[in-house]
Amino acid sequence: MIWVIARREFVAMFQAPLAWVILAVIQTILGYLFLTNLDNFFLLQPQLMQLENTPGVTDIVVTPLMQVAAIILLMVMPLLTMRSIAEEKRNRSLTLLISAPLGMTEIVLGKFLGLMLFVLVLVSMLMLMPLSLYLGTSPDGGKLLSIYLGMLLLLGSFSAIGLYLSSLTENQTIAAVGSFGILLMLWIIDWLSASVDSGQSLLAYLSLLQHHQSMLEGVFDSGDIAYYLLLITGFLGLTVRQLDRERLL
Amino acid sequence: MTEALVQVENLSRYYQNLRAINHLSFTLNAGEVLGFLGPNGAGKSTTMQVISGNLAPSEGEVSIAGHDIIEAPREAKRQIGYLPEHPPLYRDASVDEYLRYCARLHGIARQQVSAAVDRVKAQCGLQESGRRLIANLSKGYQQRVGIAQAIIHNPPVVILDEPTVGLDPIQIREIRELIRSLGSEHSVILSTHILSEVQATCDRVQIIRAGELIYNASTESLNQGHEVSVRVALRKAITADALTAIAGVDHAEALGDGRFRLMLDADASPDALVTHAVEQQWGLYELIPEQQSLEDLFIELTQHEEIAAK
Repeated sequence: MIWVIARREFVAMFQAPLAWVILAVIQTILGYLFLTNLDNFFLLQPQLMQLENTPGVTDIVVTPLMQVAAIILLMVMPLLTMRSIAEEKRNRSLTLLISAPLGMTEIVLGKFLGLMLFVLVLVSMLMLMPLSLYLGTSPDGGKLLSIYLGMLLLLGSFSAIGLYLSSLTENQTIAAVGSFGILLMLWIIDWLSASVDSGQSLLAYLSLLQHHQSMLEGVFDSGDIAYYLLLITGFLGLTVRQLDRERLL
Repeated sequence: MTEALVQVENLSRYYQNLRAINHLSFTLNAGEVLGFLGPNGAGKSTTMQVISGNLAPSEGEVSIAGHDIIEAPREAKRQIGYLPEHPPLYRDASVDEYLRYCARLHGIARQQVSAAVDRVKAQCGLQESGRRLIANLSKGYQQRVGIAQAIIHNPPVVILDEPTVGLDPIQIREIRELIRSLGSEHSVILSTHILSEVQATCDRVQIIRAGELIYNASTESLNQGHEVSVRVALRKAITADALTAIAGVDHAEALGDGRFRLMLDADASPDALVTHAVEQQWGLYELIPEQQSLEDLFIELTQHEEIAAK
């Protein structure tokens, strides 16, 4: 039943032009950036040869690419998630789901899974670029996998936060602005930690950036995974609670 | 006694401090079309939303075929098809896509989805519209899609919230026929503020005002036992007394311009009146039976409340 809703969400995204435009724009910009990074790598290559323990092609081309991708997606994901519940509220079509023999959890999970399907398509398309390196060289497969998973988890938490904001309002713009605000806040929250001693570890722990950075570098820490999973579960739980609460108002 | 499909007991619902429903109790029996009648803001839609599980009740209980809507929501919702005031349609989907999705949501197995979609399309007259986008359909057809969505899983109870609002007279007639045909297989709760709709489609009528049930009777009994009223127009000027003198005429009210409203006795027919008018050469040129007993009752009941409120 979750799957039925997820598939409908996924198909509906592609029935509107927004999803296509987002995929096209992101792919173009990051494709250009990928070429630039590759060019830099060719320039640096002679110097790298002389060093010991040199950073590989993955570190010089793929990691910076995905850092930029993460920031672009931080701005783009709210546009994708804003409609998922807010639009149904405005069209009053949420009634259809609530009147069906489904629990709120199933509805929210279905919506989330639909977004994740889109994320899967998006990240897989982005990963085609690093994979194309296999044509000429041998990138670090383990690192690529870590980067891939890192992107999925990061975008998963973007989606969960966006979904929650979308459940709070009928207005899609408010949902988009709100989730962009929260994402940006979580992104920069550790900037303060350099000057504040006491809250340093907590603020650094809360930061989306910190956890993402280590996965981009190929460090697969179960603490990072737990952070993302907690964030996702937490915001999905809040969404369920919000929708349940609206029946009481 | 027939089995009660929907049982509402002592139901109350508050929006903050505003009381939308006040200790409402009623039942819906199997195979019955129940008309839910009331002025705007009387709590009709709220009641329907509570029964369908879209709003939680503040007090009281709702059970559908023995399943409590709070304790066993899934089983209860399985028994219900619900068309809200605003049909819950996806405008960018085609009719077929939308109905297939609804069928899957209601747990119809993949192999039976096509059969179910074909069945409701035939029932609602949508055979030709399967591939059209819902956004491009006229209001009447969108309403049909809404009804199709409510009956796709063949539920014992169908709840329709003001299904004919905003339709043209021909569409209204078609939708009413559709509702009547639903009555043979499903139990229906129909909410409306249009009185003739209840008379045309329902077996039983309930009038609700300010969240309270103030009248509950079968439409048949409603039409019986009441005086029949007719409106006549005569070319010759006569007094109301001359009309009351005719056998069977209980009361005559002059409306001016040679027109009168006559209240006839319950079992009287206007025969005597017509014969008399012809004999006396009154120039009878208009005789209109007025079927407004429900309207009278409605106004009487609701105004009575208003007076009591003051």
